[in-house]
Amino acid sequence: MSLVTAKDISKTYMTGDIKIEALKGLSFEIEPASFVSFVGPSGSGKTTILNLIGCLDKPTGGTLTVGGTDISHLKRRTAASFRGENIGFIFQDFNLLPVLTVFENVEYPLLMVQNIPSDERKKRVMDLLDAVGMIEQKDKYPDQISGGQKQRVAVARALVTEPKLILADEPTANLDHKTAYRVIDIMKKMKEEFGTTFIFSTHDQKIVGEVEVIFMLEDGELADRQVKGG
Amino acid sequence: MFNIFKIALRNLTRYKRRTFLTASLITVGVVFVLVFIAVTGSFKHMMVGQITDSFVGHIQIHKKGYLASIDNLPLTMNLNPKALKKVEKAIQETAGIEAWSKRIKFGGMFSNFVETTNIRLNGVNPEDEAKTVPLLFSRIKEGDKTIRKGEILVPELIAKGMKVKVGDMVVVIATNKDGSVNGKQFKIGGIVESATGPGGRDGYMHIKDAMEVLRMEKMDVSEIALRLSDFNALHEVHGNIKGILSKTLNKAGKPAFEVHTWEKLSPFFNIARMIDVMTFFIKIMLIAIVLVSIMNVMIMAVYERIREIGTIAAIGTMPEKILSMFLLEGFCLGVFGVLTGVILNAGVLYILNRVGLTFDFGRQKGLILSPTIDLSDVWVISAIVIVVSVVASLQPAYKASKMEPIDALRHV
Repeated sequence: MSLVTAKDISKTYMTGDIKIEALKGLSFEIEPASFVSFVGPSGSGKTTILNLIGCLDKPTGGTLTVGGTDISHLKRRTAASFRGENIGFIFQDFNLLPVLTVFENVEYPLLMVQNIPSDERKKRVMDLLDAVGMIEQKDKYPDQISGGQKQRVAVARALVTEPKLILADEPTANLDHKTAYRVIDIMKKMKEEFGTTFIFSTHDQKIVGEVEVIFMLEDGELADRQVKGG
Repeated sequence: MFNIFKIALRNLTRYKRRTFLTASLITVGVVFVLVFIAVTGSFKHMMVGQITDSFVGHIQIHKKGYLASIDNLPLTMNLNPKALKKVEKAIQETAGIEAWSKRIKFGGMFSNFVETTNIRLNGVNPEDEAKTVPLLFSRIKEGDKTIRKGEILVPELIAKGMKVKVGDMVVVIATNKDGSVNGKQFKIGGIVESATGPGGRDGYMHIKDAMEVLRMEKMDVSEIALRLSDFNALHEVHGNIKGILSKTLNKAGKPAFEVHTWEKLSPFFNIARMIDVMTFFIKIMLIAIVLVSIMNVMIMAVYERIREIGTIAAIGTMPEKILSMFLLEGFCLGVFGVLTGVILNAGVLYILNRVGLTFDFGRQKGLILSPTIDLSDVWVISAIVIVVSVVASLQPAYKASKMEPIDALRHV
């Protein structure tokens, strides 16, 4: 069974009196434990599709299911709860909370979203910080670590709730070549270890070169689907 | 909750200068209000104490209509022995009365054998009067602190004007209720200092001397002053005794007696009310300071952290948690301001008490204020500031909690 199933989804925005069709009847499926990327030029709808899958936005038409749940019309609170339980986010600008330490940033979703008991919380956070190589920096604040380190923390934060799905919008855009590869390696390793599905929206050829499935978007339409080794 | 509290505190320390300035503004407001309440409250209590304990008493009972004619001190409106018995019975039936004193008040002429002037006099039983208005004898500047038969306590202004001193002989002449004039010679037993308010410049003599001057065969008293065991029960006791006495009707079918608290008898009550009104407006100002400063800070905090709000909302943080995060920030600012304010207020009051605040009120010179503040006032002000801090944070916090994560994440 597919983890993500999109059937004829569309998204239309109104900017003043102008109607913008960001997505035009997209249909696709994404399998569990896969490494997938949406690629395409700016304005092609990459971020929009990620926002829809992440329950941050609602499609104007069509149906979208994640893990068997139709998320097309979720109410605000239900969507928040669904995100907290099932989806992890990795942002281009890392979006760590500056007042929390590395440890606390990773712990945040367990504490504030899932209410996991203290001992288990600590174990999960420490395991993940170890896995992303950030255990030494656990007591540092985000402004005391580098961009690559921040993104590794963001990866750990996204994984800590053991989500089925992680959405990463241009995760390597603000990283140098070497750091970007290191972060991609970590994500691949996490995918292997936890069976998590990673969906990227990117221009970055480094990511494109590593993913298993590529969805090519053009003007809000699915132009192509490439399966590596398929 | 602890974790939301921790995040709120961390966010406050993030902009130290802004937090410090806002909390300082609240602190200054709290100190100002508490010191104001302490100083005016002490002034009020002191003056009320002076008035009630020096000459007025807590409650007074008169014959109906006496108070309206009190400037004339009409002897025709005194309480006869029969009425007096009814009042005594009512006093005994009313709980909370510690002491009471009968007074014969009258106006007369005061002569030092060279000059003559008007004088208002109170004939009292010294023991009863001392229990009812315990500060009376402390007002005697010269002479023994008592009232003996054949002696008179002369108000200081008359003593000064008539150039008389303790031990001098004087004559008091008065007209009785039948219109006949009588005089009696007295030795000046003491000079009594003036006090602010009606009756504050009266002279005193023994009640039996007053009866003699007025040629009274039976005691007709002008007023009965009461002292309560608990001043805070003033209105309760007043209501009770008034209720009992109102059953006695005069020929017109109306209550034969009138019962008044000191508030009705002294104009200082209006000053005390003005102080209360001023205190109320000072509290309103404090509320405005807290409201505006906290709201300003919280609006800024939300505006500056839109992307963070978007991030935590995207991660799955429920709107009510985001709301409480910002509410707690406002709460913490309020608590910090209040705590510092209360501590500083204690310091300011300590200094004021050490230095000694003196002031003149009417003819009373060099009154020393000892500003103190009730714990209840501290609680009330603290609660006001903290509640207003939370209320002021409500709108920005609500806005933050209602933010759509997708819009917040796009914010630059």
